[in-house]
Amino acid sequence: MATAIAIARVKDLFASVMLTGIYSLLSAVFFVLMDAVDVAFTEASVGAGISTILMLSTLTLTGQYEDPTRHKTRTALVVVLVTGALLIFGTADMPRFGDPQTPVQTHVGPHYLEKSYEEIHVPNVVTSVLASYRGFDTFGETVVIFAAGIGVLSLLGFSGRKEKTTISVSAPMYQHRILRVVGKVLIPPILLFALYVQFHGDFGPGGGFQAGVIFAAAIILYTMLFGRQAAEEVIKLSWVRLLAAVGVMLYGSVGLISFLNGKNFLDYSALAADAVSGQHYGILLVELGVGITVTAVMILVFFSFAGRVDKKAEENE
Amino acid sequence: MSAHLPILQVILPLLAAPTCLLLGRTQLLWMFTCGVSALCAVISFQLLHTVHTSGDIIYSLGGWSAPVGIEYRIDSLNAFVLLLVTSLSTVVLCAAKQSIAKEVPESRQLYFYVAFLLCLAGLLGILCTGDAFNVFVFLEISSLSTYTLIALGRDRRALWASYQYLIMGTIGATFILIGIGLLYMITGTLNMRDLAQRLPDVEQAHTLYTGFAFFIVGVCLKLALFPLHLWLPNAYAYAPSIVTAFLAATATKVAVYVLIRFIFNVFGFDFSLSQFPLPQIWLALGIIGVFAASIVAMSQHNIKRLFAFSSVAQIGYIIMGLSLGTAAGVQAALLHVFNHALMKGAIFLAIAGLCYRLGAATMNEFKGLGKQMPWTMAAIVAGGLSLIGVPLTVGFISKWYLVLAFIEKGWWMIVPFIVIGSLLAVVYVWRLVECAYFQEADSKREAGEAPLSILLPTWILVFANIYFGVQPQFTVHATSIATLGLFGATP
Repeated sequence: MATAIAIARVKDLFASVMLTGIYSLLSAVFFVLMDAVDVAFTEASVGAGISTILMLSTLTLTGQYEDPTRHKTRTALVVVLVTGALLIFGTADMPRFGDPQTPVQTHVGPHYLEKSYEEIHVPNVVTSVLASYRGFDTFGETVVIFAAGIGVLSLLGFSGRKEKTTISVSAPMYQHRILRVVGKVLIPPILLFALYVQFHGDFGPGGGFQAGVIFAAAIILYTMLFGRQAAEEVIKLSWVRLLAAVGVMLYGSVGLISFLNGKNFLDYSALAADAVSGQHYGILLVELGVGITVTAVMILVFFSFAGRVDKKAEENE
Repeated sequence: MSAHLPILQVILPLLAAPTCLLLGRTQLLWMFTCGVSALCAVISFQLLHTVHTSGDIIYSLGGWSAPVGIEYRIDSLNAFVLLLVTSLSTVVLCAAKQSIAKEVPESRQLYFYVAFLLCLAGLLGILCTGDAFNVFVFLEISSLSTYTLIALGRDRRALWASYQYLIMGTIGATFILIGIGLLYMITGTLNMRDLAQRLPDVEQAHTLYTGFAFFIVGVCLKLALFPLHLWLPNAYAYAPSIVTAFLAATATKVAVYVLIRFIFNVFGFDFSLSQFPLPQIWLALGIIGVFAASIVAMSQHNIKRLFAFSSVAQIGYIIMGLSLGTAAGVQAALLHVFNHALMKGAIFLAIAGLCYRLGAATMNEFKGLGKQMPWTMAAIVAGGLSLIGVPLTVGFISKWYLVLAFIEKGWWMIVPFIVIGSLLAVVYVWRLVECAYFQEADSKREAGEAPLSILLPTWILVFANIYFGVQPQFTVHATSIATLGLFGATP
């Protein structure tokens, strides 16, 4: 709460970006307290990790300080107050936190908790709800990320031309030897951890979204250390763009296979002779699709920003 | 395969979007997109037919039946809107190739087609689903791609317009999400049918009231109801012309559908319209919206902005119909949804033709156009007449039903407002006509007729305007079945 107010008050945008990072971490802690470990994991990796990096790269484009002109804040304040008051009014007779008799705990919830292990045989209930029971929503979310990536690309684009400068400006940390060495050491474990999160989602918190973000973070770290050119030599951007599409299509084609086998869309039990192992394959493939799309889109978004930073620096020279 | 039609309706464009990235050439992209959209239209026609002959279609995704899983539920209401959206998107896409080639730089055309397909898929997903949270997910898909589409406009103000819409749209979507979250909290389910059954048990809860309020405000933001319309004029004015035509014909219509669906099927008619002063608020906002937006439209210089404000006014009529809460009122609203999509589709496509030849559509450019581009201008005039509600056009049909609905309810006082609102439309349409036919072009410009690929789809829509104005049996029949379904489910 204090952090949120500080974000609104502070004029230094750099500080406010850092504060949003803290805010996300704190929310992640709240989620852990509420026993929503998967959500906390996502919030920590997306909110505190990737989005902070993206906002920082925006700042290198726009400058550090807020425009001092006064905005019309009064209407906004009224809207916010009304919204807040309504929310508090609404929570007045909300079911008590942790109460086992609430509608959420007594209607559909128990089905997930009690039946999911025998129907899907995945210990992590969150994964089975996300990837199977409500798999279509997750498909939708993957497409949302894809759409966001398309949006950023269409606005910023990336130039395929080769620049002459050997050290691009988007590698501001190249000069710091310690950072470089430490970073280089860190990258392989991060990649490995991402893969672990990706494939271990069945058993513990984790899954495609988190893994994708972590994987992308490793590549972004590399880019920050060694520059965009070095990174582009490793991964071709047009391939990354293709990967973003492939992820979505992988998810979709899993669904299509189930209906070629005469079942409904995304019915994983059609994937193998045994319904339960079919669910396993389904979830594995689908999470892989999510992971691929998320990784690709995050990298694309970061590179588009970095490309802009480079272009701006060239203009300044 | 026919059992899978409901899901094919949505995943066809959804999977076609990433496929676009694999296709290289623009020509191929355009043909592919058109084909997908046309196929969607065929599917939706088939769906409407099936629903009318053999009742609702239920499709459980992932094989998990609701409420554990997500279900698609097609009934006479959403099948009708599906047909509207898919057929208009197909017609608009037919005109897209040349207009987009002119207005969007070569390197970005790929993204136009991808975003268009995503947007279409998002809208269709909202229409098909029977799950409240699924509505939100697909709303996000359609919104994100809409922001992209608007930002593709070549005017730099398009970026600002898109940003404005992004902020407003995100607030709207968040409100909808909060609303759905609160509903889930007190009922423990996300399935619409299930929600409808469980909500009466908790009717007195504050949480329900709050959830209802958030949801309604969020949707009203999306459909640009009068004081929440601020994002719309700029978005329509600066987006590429084809995008404007598509959005004007479909996006707000889908939001209207969501409103109708939730008011009548989820919250239930009694709860929504008798526990709150909602009908009065809507009626007032609808009337003010019609008047304020029409008056602002009169003073607009940019033609796209002019018709954007006129769209806000038309939303006012639709909301007025809903505020009645009677079967006749809802039917009038649905008719106007359909008919307004036809009018605005025709008008904005004609404007796309103008922009193709002239580069911009302001009042100045219009001088003498009646002679230089007779067919395009005639299309705009025909659309304008329909907007006013002249007999033999679709505009007349929906306004006629609206007036009848008000008389049936006994609200005589409102009828003059509708008539005066139409007269205001006469004023802004006449300004155009006067400019185009009675003033000489001041510069010596060589503007020929718009290319056939744009003119033809425009005139298809103009003929639809007249056809459904003279032979309204199909629309009246379909909307009356849809309203019967709504009122039958929650008597």
